[in-house]
Amino acid sequence: MTAQTVAGAPTAPLLDFDDAVAAYEPVFGLETHVELSTRSKMFCGCATTFGAEPNTQVCPVCLGLPGSLPVANRAAVEATIRIGLALHCTIAPWCRFARKNYFYPDMPKNFQISQYDEPLCTDGYLDVEVDDRVFRIGIERVHLEEDTGKSLHVGGATGRIHGADYSLVDYNRAGIPLVEIVTKPVTGTGRLAPAVARAYVTELREVMRALGVSDVRMEQGSLRCDVNLSLHPVGSTTWGTRSETKNVNSLRSVERAVRYEIQRQAAVLHAGGRVVQETRHFHEDSGVTTPGRSKEQAEDYRYFPEPDLVPLAPDAAWVEELRATLPELPLDRRRRLRDAWGVSATEMQAALNAGAVDLIEATVAAGAPPRDAYKWWMGELARRANESGRELAELPITPADVAALCELVASGRLTDKLARDVLDGVLAGEGTPHEVVAARGLEVVSDDAALQRAVDDAIAAHPDVAEKIRGGKVAAAGVLVGAVMKSTGGRADAAKVRDLILRTLGTNS
Amino acid sequence: MNELIRRTAAELAAAIARGEVSAEEVTRAHLERIAAVDGTIHAFLHVDGDGALAAARAVDAKRAAGEPLGPLAGVPLALKDVFTTKGMPTTCGSRILQGWIPPYDATVVRKLRDADIVILGKTNMDEFAMGSSTENSAYGPTRNPWDTSRIPGGSSGGSAAAVAAFEAPLAIGTDTGGSIRQPAAVTGIVGTKPTYGGVSRYGLVAFSSSLDQAGPFARTVLDAALLHAAIAGHDPKDSTSIDAPVPDVVAAARHGDVRGMRIGVVKELDGEGYDPGVRRCFRDAVELLAALGADVGEVSCPHFDYALAAYYLIAPSECSSNLARFDAMRYGLRIGDDGTRSAEEVMALTRAAGFGAEVKRRIMIGTYALSSGYYDAYYGSAQKVRTLICRDFEAAFQRFDVLVSPTTPTTAFPLGERVDDPLKMYLADLDTIPTNLAGNAAMSVPIGRSPDDGLPVGLQIMAPAMADDRLYRVGSALEAAYRERHGRLLIDELATASAEEGR
Repeated sequence: MTAQTVAGAPTAPLLDFDDAVAAYEPVFGLETHVELSTRSKMFCGCATTFGAEPNTQVCPVCLGLPGSLPVANRAAVEATIRIGLALHCTIAPWCRFARKNYFYPDMPKNFQISQYDEPLCTDGYLDVEVDDRVFRIGIERVHLEEDTGKSLHVGGATGRIHGADYSLVDYNRAGIPLVEIVTKPVTGTGRLAPAVARAYVTELREVMRALGVSDVRMEQGSLRCDVNLSLHPVGSTTWGTRSETKNVNSLRSVERAVRYEIQRQAAVLHAGGRVVQETRHFHEDSGVTTPGRSKEQAEDYRYFPEPDLVPLAPDAAWVEELRATLPELPLDRRRRLRDAWGVSATEMQAALNAGAVDLIEATVAAGAPPRDAYKWWMGELARRANESGRELAELPITPADVAALCELVASGRLTDKLARDVLDGVLAGEGTPHEVVAARGLEVVSDDAALQRAVDDAIAAHPDVAEKIRGGKVAAAGVLVGAVMKSTGGRADAAKVRDLILRTLGTNS
Repeated sequence: MNELIRRTAAELAAAIARGEVSAEEVTRAHLERIAAVDGTIHAFLHVDGDGALAAARAVDAKRAAGEPLGPLAGVPLALKDVFTTKGMPTTCGSRILQGWIPPYDATVVRKLRDADIVILGKTNMDEFAMGSSTENSAYGPTRNPWDTSRIPGGSSGGSAAAVAAFEAPLAIGTDTGGSIRQPAAVTGIVGTKPTYGGVSRYGLVAFSSSLDQAGPFARTVLDAALLHAAIAGHDPKDSTSIDAPVPDVVAAARHGDVRGMRIGVVKELDGEGYDPGVRRCFRDAVELLAALGADVGEVSCPHFDYALAAYYLIAPSECSSNLARFDAMRYGLRIGDDGTRSAEEVMALTRAAGFGAEVKRRIMIGTYALSSGYYDAYYGSAQKVRTLICRDFEAAFQRFDVLVSPTTPTTAFPLGERVDDPLKMYLADLDTIPTNLAGNAAMSVPIGRSPDDGLPVGLQIMAPAMADDRLYRVGSALEAAYRERHGRLLIDELATASAEEGR
């Protein structure tokens, strides 16, 4: 085995990934924070719109002004219960908020209202699929808390607090409802650990979307992850010391952070060292983690029940009412669609990753054969979205347009080549596929007499080629097909043209 | 002494409503009284003369326009400086909030304004309501109008002194462990701690959230009831506020009658540490209640002995968290922000300079009590004691309609006597703390002057939660009996003395 280092400081020795997972078994856990998309904040009536002018969505409560008091947002409690139910959790019949005490300038009260030993939802699971295997990820707890403000450190090289000239705080985010979802330790994933971790966050995001409780935009911080990970020698039953990696804020980062920590910790263990229990920081740019505070410096949050709020006591009838509002869960839906569309789990996974599932489903609903719908969205359209750096859903084409395109091809009015040209027109804003076909005159030449004239012209123009074909060199027909396609502007069906040429030259069987 | 300032709030409101006197005249009389005596008493931290006169004139204009007036319209009031007041400084008696002008009104303040009550200004208090003498104010102590070398009680000492010194007929205080009842007792006036959740805490700067409760001070039981009714009621902005009709305290105050009422004397709230004069007055009052037809008996509440200890874990624990927000980042004092120090250093310097010794002591006790590894032994145990105290009350209220005790073990002690002995200071709240821990209602009513030193003594009445009206029934009966026996109220003796001095 060889140790390697990644370029650029700060670095740690890393073990080759394959070697690492051959020798050590990873155990990981994920803490995911999801900002709820309620209209108002967790404990006051302020708006929650993302991107507003700093400190314009604040009031005495979310600024923590002396004398102000929190009042729990019922919509946020409902959303949390629905999340708990979707994750197969038990909903506590009685629970309390707690104060988590620590000083930080972006926290207006210098305590965060959270939940501690009495979370709203406990003991559930979420199934995720990786490489056609199902992994059941245990959910330890789902609880509700308030977000903090955001600090902006001005000046200095790093944009972090150390070395900054001064700092500004925006309290618009302070008090936005935040749901924390904590997994149980995930074991037995081996070399698939990075992929399973990513699949879990992806699936969780899908669940949040299906429930309509959050925008789950990782780039806007409405879904954020911490990754806990430890290694132990394969065959050992005692788990190792874990690190907690913060700031893992994209799906790709989840996968990279897990992979990096496996390689880093394996190198430590391989060299005979001990993994330090510590908080580490993930760097999006370099993909490495660096140490934060160690356990010895860790804060004592002095949790105690929040005396300004009354306990939450969701009665059974309310919980059942909320259960009745649950949508079909994303994995169930994908399994159903997979069967209906006749695609593999891997193909479905690709569609999920590309954000194409809803689009394909809508296209099928608009009348397109599932295979064709899948092919267009995951092929030509995915390529174009990729080229223009956009999401599929952002392309200016509707599922109905794609269904129309499929129909035009299926009925023989468009060839695949012509269909791509039509797509260009639709994406350029020239109208629906039918409008583009009409405007650009792209329909396949289906007038046999016209096509026969074009074939006759081609034969006349290439007598030597015609002679070869008559002599049995059927492969030479390609030249004449090309000439006909050219003279029809590509609007002819190549196979049909070829048949016609051979028949005209009397070589057809 | 202008005769107007000796009248009760009910009388003033009636006179204003009838047009016998204008609200402006009433307010001016009180502002003049403040100007005359507050240099000595120091009940006020901030007098809002212009605002008060404007509010009074608005009441006069309303009356002139024939609009209906509330039962306390035009009556002046002194407000403890622990409530947020839009546009008026709010310091909580602390240097750390010096210069802070809140952008919003507390719910209590809004209700006072809606009731056309005239707010004269903000009164002195122990810093963040931590204390029993008002000596913990960063702005100097308040003096007891009965004897200016003595404390007016605390933490709402400024409010109590303002009412006792006739600077205002009404005042608002807050009571976390006795901070309304004990000052009321030692200044010879009426003070009520309503049922927890009976009056909104929104805008009341928190000391101990699960114990804090706002309530009225007045010179008569009826005035206290009128003010109680004006500020009580459910507030959607305070989750702990009770969503139920407010007991009819005004009707109870008008019909003081204890015949057939079962009144329990709490065995544990008497004995060692109590002034003989206080015990003597208390015994007399209990006998009076029996003579008035009450069914008086003794009751034991064994866990009350542990109330003080539990209180001094729970209240500091909550305060250590509540006061964390005073960090120089958003409002109030900021020390050391010279461009060379980190935010953490500025926070530490500001808190070191901005908080007084008692506040720091309690923050440290609370921080310790909540620490990992100590939580169960301290905060956790204290909560269990709290539950046991609630059970003691429940059992006692099975047998009795109300319970009674002395309000505080001694009369007003001299300024400076206990400032260096916090434990002795804490004993002033021995009788009042159990009620806060249980969330019940209680009141202090004056019952006479101690034969030892001639200073006022109060009797505490305790009622079950949401039975605040019983306090007023008993208080009103005692007040009527006192008036009948002496031809005047206890506080009138001070008015006479004061008037004589003024001559």
